[in-house]
Amino acid sequence: MKECIAMLLAGGQGSRLYALTQDIAKPAVPYGGKYRIIDFPLSNCVNSGIDTVGVLTQYQPLELNEYIGSGGPWDLDRMGGGVHILPPYQKSHGSDWYLGTANAIYQNINFIERYDPEYVLILSGDHIYKMNYAKMLAHHKEREAACTIAVLEVPMEEASRFGIMNCREDLSIYEFEEKPKEPKSNLASMGIYIFSWSKLREYLIADSANPESRNDFGGDVIPAMLAAGERMFAWSFDGYWKDVGTIDSLWEANMDLLDPNVPFDLWDPSWKIYSRNPIKPPHYIAEGSMIQNSIVTEGCEIRGTVDFSVLFDSVTVEEGATVRDSIIMPGTVIKSGADIEYAIIAENSLIESGAKVGERPENIEEKDKWGIAVVGPESLIEAGRVVEPKAMVYGGTRRAE
Amino acid sequence: MLNAKVLGIVFPNMHDENLGDMTELRSMGSMPFGGRYRMIDFSLSSLVAAGVTKVGVIAKSNYHSLMDHLGSGRAWDLSRKRDGLSIFPPNSYAQTEYYHGRIEALHNIIAYIKNSPVDYVAVMDCDNVCNLDMEEIVNYHIDSEAEITMVCRPPLEGEDCSRDCIAIKRDEFGRISEFLFNSCEEGYYVSMNIFIAGKERLIEIIEQAQSRMKVYFERDLLHENVGKMRLQSYVFEGFCRRIQDSRSYFEANMALLNDNCRRELFVEQRPVYTKVRDDAPVRYGLNAKVKNTLAADGCVILGEVENCLLFRGVYVGEGAVLKNCIVMQDTVIEKDSRIEYAITDKDVKIGESRSIIGHSNYPLYIKKWTVI
Repeated sequence: MKECIAMLLAGGQGSRLYALTQDIAKPAVPYGGKYRIIDFPLSNCVNSGIDTVGVLTQYQPLELNEYIGSGGPWDLDRMGGGVHILPPYQKSHGSDWYLGTANAIYQNINFIERYDPEYVLILSGDHIYKMNYAKMLAHHKEREAACTIAVLEVPMEEASRFGIMNCREDLSIYEFEEKPKEPKSNLASMGIYIFSWSKLREYLIADSANPESRNDFGGDVIPAMLAAGERMFAWSFDGYWKDVGTIDSLWEANMDLLDPNVPFDLWDPSWKIYSRNPIKPPHYIAEGSMIQNSIVTEGCEIRGTVDFSVLFDSVTVEEGATVRDSIIMPGTVIKSGADIEYAIIAENSLIESGAKVGERPENIEEKDKWGIAVVGPESLIEAGRVVEPKAMVYGGTRRAE
Repeated sequence: MLNAKVLGIVFPNMHDENLGDMTELRSMGSMPFGGRYRMIDFSLSSLVAAGVTKVGVIAKSNYHSLMDHLGSGRAWDLSRKRDGLSIFPPNSYAQTEYYHGRIEALHNIIAYIKNSPVDYVAVMDCDNVCNLDMEEIVNYHIDSEAEITMVCRPPLEGEDCSRDCIAIKRDEFGRISEFLFNSCEEGYYVSMNIFIAGKERLIEIIEQAQSRMKVYFERDLLHENVGKMRLQSYVFEGFCRRIQDSRSYFEANMALLNDNCRRELFVEQRPVYTKVRDDAPVRYGLNAKVKNTLAADGCVILGEVENCLLFRGVYVGEGAVLKNCIVMQDTVIEKDSRIEYAITDKDVKIGESRSIIGHSNYPLYIKKWTVI
């Protein structure tokens, strides 16, 4: 028997990331030079002492499956536990895609029962954060709750963009409002839940039998539990947390790593973020290059100018090329004389000499007027071509070479 | 991928004495190299790239760091149910003794060799940094119908061969016609301390030599059998540096700042594997100034770095200046310090505004855990 196992919802398409999620699920999107989004919840689990994680996949799972593999990089290749990929499957009576977040868990009740857990932690693969789930679990146990929901204080004026938990003074939840027009509180749900398994099981079965339900945690299961008067508590988190669901937020979350004032430290040895490491030599910074305020990882060769940027492994920046305020994903080559500003360039692309991708906004304050240029994976940007701000190029043009 | 089955035998302790203080607490095999590697990574990775799945590592002394590095062998894909990595500390068999030479060491594990389902055995030391195509070398050995094939290379310009060096004279067919010990002459090749032999023949040779009280493989066995045994030599022309003292260690590391050397050592089809540490990427600060430098993950660079090799997790504070240095794992250099021509070992701490200056032909070595 396990005290607590985690179920990680990794089936999301991340449709607002467009070019970056054509072939991969959102949790597999690269972040921070050598990570993918899913490394954060997986590492948090391991660092919190949770050694059994079910990863529910649905949309474009190939790369994610390969990436997770046996779970070795996260120390999740365990006897009696470890990481397990759980795609939708055919049952003796028909088969279904995962219809909603709650339905995905419902369809895997048998998996959870194998471990006979007392508690189940529900996570998503959409966020960048470091959290000790053990503290949240302790909070849940102390209050003998049926469900504990991690919440973050957001600025009141932004509260209407989130699912808001209205709580009493003891943090017990009396109401949940999805994107309220007039929010009563600024405690936003982070989409991280701990349930006592016996309770959750009961509600999942009821939810599944309800033809009206959309089988969603936030929309159906949580409201049903509240309506039934279950003990529901908020657990307040005050660390760094970022939803990277859009191009802008993905870019910002990467840039946050370059800002010493943002309290998010990947270099802290006490809470390491694990990932599948590329097998590459250290990176090389050549004579005559200029590199500042940037993050660079192994296998890169830098001969040009790199400023305020995040470079993934095996990126080449040739002499006379400039990369500013940008994110360059693995294996991409920036030829001499190319100019990259305010851009995200996905993996294995080739930016030829004199091409220009993105542009530094004239006025950074006027956020509506500028945007990030995006080049999808395996793209070829020919010499002299200009990719405008906010434009998106994709379709694997380089594959045809 | 090789058709023939090959067993790899690696000697991490041979040549330990070359590096003096640096190998006080470790073996040559676990000597850090190239920003994120240990010397043994090059031997193991060459074997693995050729499809070798069974490797024995014969440790002798100071092997704590080596065992820590190798673990189960997973980083080299050598943690397996069939075959895989075996580490032999001294006295790992009841009848064995602390060995003196290679013959005795191989004799100590003769049962392991006999029980290995292979056709050939590749024996290597860890004092050469190179990326060998073992497939080609084994095939060369098979095609030349040799009893033993030694891997050698042309001497480097100005190479000092007066210490721990074996030179080989080879005829036009690659047959070895003479050995020189601790010297090299015009037209001779330098041994890379790597050889291939057929398994059954090797067992015979080792058993016969052991019962005749022979100790050193090259001196007492090969040298005496020139012209009698079929001794072949394979010439490796790629990047190779032999670590014979702290100066050659320094220069071999620095050679990686050269584009051509780096490209010859790190080839796409034969990646160099090593233990993963899960460091974050390198962060360069607002006023960082970096030139001609190789940096491994986990470093935080806020100061000025030129012509340096930074291992994993090095911190260079603001205003600090580093030139021509090899800075090993987790060294901390506080702000405004200046260091030139130095090798700092693991976990060295250098306080604020210190100045440490060596010279190109005498790089200063700062021991592990030193606080300055």
